[in-house]
Amino acid sequence: MSSKEIYSGNELVVKGAIAAGCRFFAGYPITPSSEVAEGMAKTLPKHGGVFVQMEDEIASIGAIIGASLSGKKVLTATSGPGFSLKQENLGAAMMAEVPLVILNVMRGGPSTGLPTRPAQSDVMQARWGTHGDHPVIVLTPAFPKEIFLSTVEAFNLSERFMTPVILLLDEVIAHAHEPLAVPEPTEYEVVNRKYPEKLDSLEIYKREMGEPPIRPDFFMGLPIHIDSLEHSDYGTPTTHPEVVELHQRRRLAKVEKYKDEIIKVKTYEEEDAEILIFAYGSMARASLDAVRELRKMGIKAGLFQPLTLWPFPEKALEKAAQGKKKILVVEMNWGQMIYEVERVLKDRNIEGLLRMNGYAITPVEIINRVKELTHA
Amino acid sequence: MLDYEKYLRTRTFPLPWCPGCGIGTIFKATVMVFAKLGWNPDDLLVVSGIGCSGRLPTYFNTNTLHTTHGRALTFATGAKLAQPEKKVVVFSGDGDALAIGGNHFIHACRRNLDIKYIIVNNCIYGMTGGQVSPTTPGGFVTTTTPYGNSEPHFNTVEMAKAAGATYVARETVNRPRQLQTVIENAFLHKGFSVVEAISNCHINLGRRNKLRHPIPMLKWIEELTVPLAKAKDMTPEELEKRFVVGEFVKRDRPEYYDIYRETMKKAQEGGKHAE
Ligand SMILES: Cc1ncc(C[n+]2csc(CCOP(=O)(O)OP(=O)(O)O)c2C)c(N)n1
Ligand code: SF4
Ligand SMILES: [Mg+2]
Repeated sequence: MSSKEIYSGNELVVKGAIAAGCRFFAGYPITPSSEVAEGMAKTLPKHGGVFVQMEDEIASIGAIIGASLSGKKVLTATSGPGFSLKQENLGAAMMAEVPLVILNVMRGGPSTGLPTRPAQSDVMQARWGTHGDHPVIVLTPAFPKEIFLSTVEAFNLSERFMTPVILLLDEVIAHAHEPLAVPEPTEYEVVNRKYPEKLDSLEIYKREMGEPPIRPDFFMGLPIHIDSLEHSDYGTPTTHPEVVELHQRRRLAKVEKYKDEIIKVKTYEEEDAEILIFAYGSMARASLDAVRELRKMGIKAGLFQPLTLWPFPEKALEKAAQGKKKILVVEMNWGQMIYEVERVLKDRNIEGLLRMNGYAITPVEIINRVKELTHA
Repeated sequence: MLDYEKYLRTRTFPLPWCPGCGIGTIFKATVMVFAKLGWNPDDLLVVSGIGCSGRLPTYFNTNTLHTTHGRALTFATGAKLAQPEKKVVVFSGDGDALAIGGNHFIHACRRNLDIKYIIVNNCIYGMTGGQVSPTTPGGFVTTTTPYGNSEPHFNTVEMAKAAGATYVARETVNRPRQLQTVIENAFLHKGFSVVEAISNCHINLGRRNKLRHPIPMLKWIEELTVPLAKAKDMTPEELEKRFVVGEFVKRDRPEYYDIYRETMKKAQEGGKHAE
């Protein structure tokens, strides 16, 4: 095991990306994500990789799509305003089935909002931000080791499912400096996209329902066509309703079919809990502190922490919520994932501790809210 | 006879453009240059934005990428930086290159990455039914300038020059031989190379301006065309509404990836970086 060193969350994303094989980064500076661009600028040239600072966020995601199609594992990093700008090309990558990873370090919004303050208000945008029906994978790690491993996982999932993966951090965990022994390569797997055994078919999107394309990259020996328009098995434009429907459904099913393999959650003190807290990112950490204190006080609180926010961990949440008297959703926004929790746990007693004012919700506030709810 | 068929993706034919559209001429000129240079189709990537001109890549039997409106150069930049030994050609319409994609165009000129940029300037938003574009001539009626266009238009060549492109030429579809020559010269030049190809959209520009058929519209282009040598003796006012054709810029400036190679070397030799 390597010895412990001090890293910020943003630095761990750089470490994780390099470990996962990322060799191309294009970005545009924005607080609180800039350290990722800076780290990649320092590191990539040493590995023979490319770092380029583009003229804006739209150009940045365009560049990584081009590089991914040309065989690289690619990353861009941004925050709210830049994430908004990226939405159209994010959809292009979903449509053309291009693996890439986007990091969004969430800050207070809307608009320029609170550049240096934490928030978790882009969780629904991450799901629905780009137009059209589209498959989405969104990861929300919280602790340093999770940030490193989720970054590796983001690349693995994007390569496996040939689709963009969104990594969401918030300002608190992106900037907190904490000790970590960076996991050794034996502690994680690195997945690479699949290529056809023989380069003899131009039907690069011809797959079973729910299966990602297996196709060559550009310049591999078989000239291919990639399009942001709806396309046939050949990748060339079509408006044929049956073909359109087939590929619309196939792309959505890619994530749906394998969601049990994609979804990761953690639970703490959940078995005998009377009140279950649902929290992700830095709020999972504040909630865990709260749970530990509440237990000392004899209050049976537990935590459900989704590491995968989308696809939403319905089954795991249902299971964890069984027999619980109350559910408390803690998030740094004015109510977003709580809608999803309410959808899944329809008839349950669901409360929210929801706030976005630039200050993180503290363990003490969570403790007080739980006490209120449990009449302790 | 040049072997140009290997550059055609005939499976995707027929071509989508209106009969008599100038884009077909630009397509053919590009195919002929590929054939003349004999480049391996799989070593080529043709990229485009959205528009009638954006449909071009589909019909080349090379690697091809149809991106989003205005963003073609950004995708191409990523591809070229990822595989610097390969050739990357990009097509944009005038709206694609100069309106929505204007900033990418400027920065591509500045970077001087070895990409070939062919701008199909038909002075109109063809695909969307004939709205005004940044190059629509003054006075012309379009669907969004029903009383005549009152905005000044861009000079693509001057902009490319000022922003740092290292090869800049303009030609028209009326002069396919010369068009082929400047495309070839652009392809052989190392660095960001721009060819503005003036094209006819008689359907969505001509129709509303008494130029509804290809021949009158091509005649209109011809009458406005001035070779660079002749233009030298004309005043800016006289040239304002003309299409000056020829090679405007051919200069050497360090190419972007060549510079990046040095950066990598520095980093790998343990060179200094800012803390
Ligand atoms: C973001 C976005 N805005 C608008 C459009 C609609 N649109 C499609 S093509 C086009 C303009 C085409 O004009 P030009 O670039 O000159 O290409 P042409 O069709 O004339 O070749 C527009 C506005 C779009 N596809 N995407
Ligand atoms: S609308 Fe104009 S530019 Fe488009 S294909 Fe027809 S003639 Fe050509
Ligand atoms: Mg046009």
